[in-house]
Amino acid sequence: MNTPDTIAEREAEIIEEFSMFDEWLDKYEHIIELGKSLEPMPSELHADQWKVKGCQSQVWLHPVRQGDALVFQADSDAAITKGLVALMVRVLSGQPCRAIAQAPLSFLDRIGLHEHLSPTRSNGLASMVKQMKLYAAAIASQEASHG
Amino acid sequence: MSVFSPEEVAAIRGRFPILSRMVNGKPLAYLDSAATSQVPEQVIEAMARFQRTTRANVHRGVHRLSQEATEVHEGLRDRIQRMLGASRREEIVFARGTTEAINLVAWTFGRQKLNENDVVLVGELEHHANLVPWQIVASERGARVEKIPAMDDGTLDFQTYERQLDSLPVRIVAIQHVSNALGTIHPVERFVEAARRRGVATVVDAAQSAPHLRLDVQAIGCDFLAFSAHKMYGPTGIGFLYGRHELLESMPPWQGGGDMIDKVSFSGTTFHEPPWRFEAGTPHYEGPAGMHAALDFIEEIGLERIAARERELLEHATSRLGGIEGLRILGSAPHKAAVVSFVLEGVHHYDAGLFLDQMGIAVRTGHHCAQPAMERYGVTGTIRASFSVFNTEDEIDRLVAGVVRLKRVLQ
Repeated sequence: MNTPDTIAEREAEIIEEFSMFDEWLDKYEHIIELGKSLEPMPSELHADQWKVKGCQSQVWLHPVRQGDALVFQADSDAAITKGLVALMVRVLSGQPCRAIAQAPLSFLDRIGLHEHLSPTRSNGLASMVKQMKLYAAAIASQEASHG
Repeated sequence: MSVFSPEEVAAIRGRFPILSRMVNGKPLAYLDSAATSQVPEQVIEAMARFQRTTRANVHRGVHRLSQEATEVHEGLRDRIQRMLGASRREEIVFARGTTEAINLVAWTFGRQKLNENDVVLVGELEHHANLVPWQIVASERGARVEKIPAMDDGTLDFQTYERQLDSLPVRIVAIQHVSNALGTIHPVERFVEAARRRGVATVVDAAQSAPHLRLDVQAIGCDFLAFSAHKMYGPTGIGFLYGRHELLESMPPWQGGGDMIDKVSFSGTTFHEPPWRFEAGTPHYEGPAGMHAALDFIEEIGLERIAARERELLEHATSRLGGIEGLRILGSAPHKAAVVSFVLEGVHHYDAGLFLDQMGIAVRTGHHCAQPAMERYGVTGTIRASFSVFNTEDEIDRLVAGVVRLKRVLQ
């Protein structure tokens, strides 16, 4: 997945995309659609090992290393959470580990969905992002020490 | 014929300032009273007034303010005693809430009572607050927790329960009065009586019944009973434990600190009598001021009328929601408190909660701190609407319309 675009560019694209919606329902419908178009995660990866704990909805996250980049496969049992997961995958998957680890990810704020990422939210999304960054940071620091 | 006229409903609603607020651009429909009830203005005002005019620590001071604060505090003890029909005021212990009250019993009475291989019987639908403390204490004592199985309709299996009492070394039965997850009103007197006949101690979690039912500890016959102020129009951070006096007297202290002692020295400390033995540290002293006002509110309207109104709302919700295709209501017990817990085919409860929130409707979604109950009915969570005296049929209709709408998008 050698995409030339950066995290910031992908975020900008999403912000632009969401600026079309004035109505919350349209926005949510779009998020749900994004979730539906998320690449299906193989059933064997729906295992506890790849589960990110959420109180109400569950998230599964599987990282695959490709050189100095990380590709993510992910899923959720709730439709809106799955859509948000899809957004995160779209922004971070295939990016260099160093960039993933340092990404400020302000786009959720810009599209009015910041509350979904708050640590007190029970959807597992905040834990997923934390997990994505931990994987990336671990690889990035490995690279640096081999550097 | 409705319990209240439209004017009376409007007047009741007018007493709750929060009901006039907007949420996501829509008027708030608060359908989550089983989690916490809203408070009428008089409760807010009583607590604010206490802070302005009376604030002082209780029990300790001889000065005027401390005496007044102590009167409010101890006056509430008297009032709760009368409310429950307890034999004496010393049978009422203040706690932070139901959870702390049950923990107090588990950590003092439970620890004393339980030995190797003993059994604590706990209902399958219990809130974690009436399950986890028993698990912790039982495991420390080498005892174990067994469940009283729930039936498909949300009641408890009384026959199995009696068999368990006869065949297992049961020392304590801990049981909820009303299920927070499904709304079932359990015939708790019957369960308590069966335990008492066999010399087994009983603990009743009344958190969900106190706002709706008249509690009479003599009629229930239990040894302990716990409930919280915040579910009955009162402040958060204050709750009550009723304990039979001879048991409280035999129980060791739990938390140590100020107020719970008799005499303290490095060569040894002796403890105060119950209930103060169990009330270490400065209590939530403005809480009683608010709770007095909450009890006034309930008395002004009348608990029976409140309950009758809630039954009306429950019936309306059950019939309207029941008409939605693909919607399954969990719990069809003959006696229910104002709680409707349901699942929607093909819709995750979390998504439903987010959609309803956008429509200004506050419901609870998830496992309701009763994961074994969810497991029993084969779901990971439900959508729960719960009603209070201030709710209206109109709000329930908004919920129904919201569910129909979100189903269209999410299914």
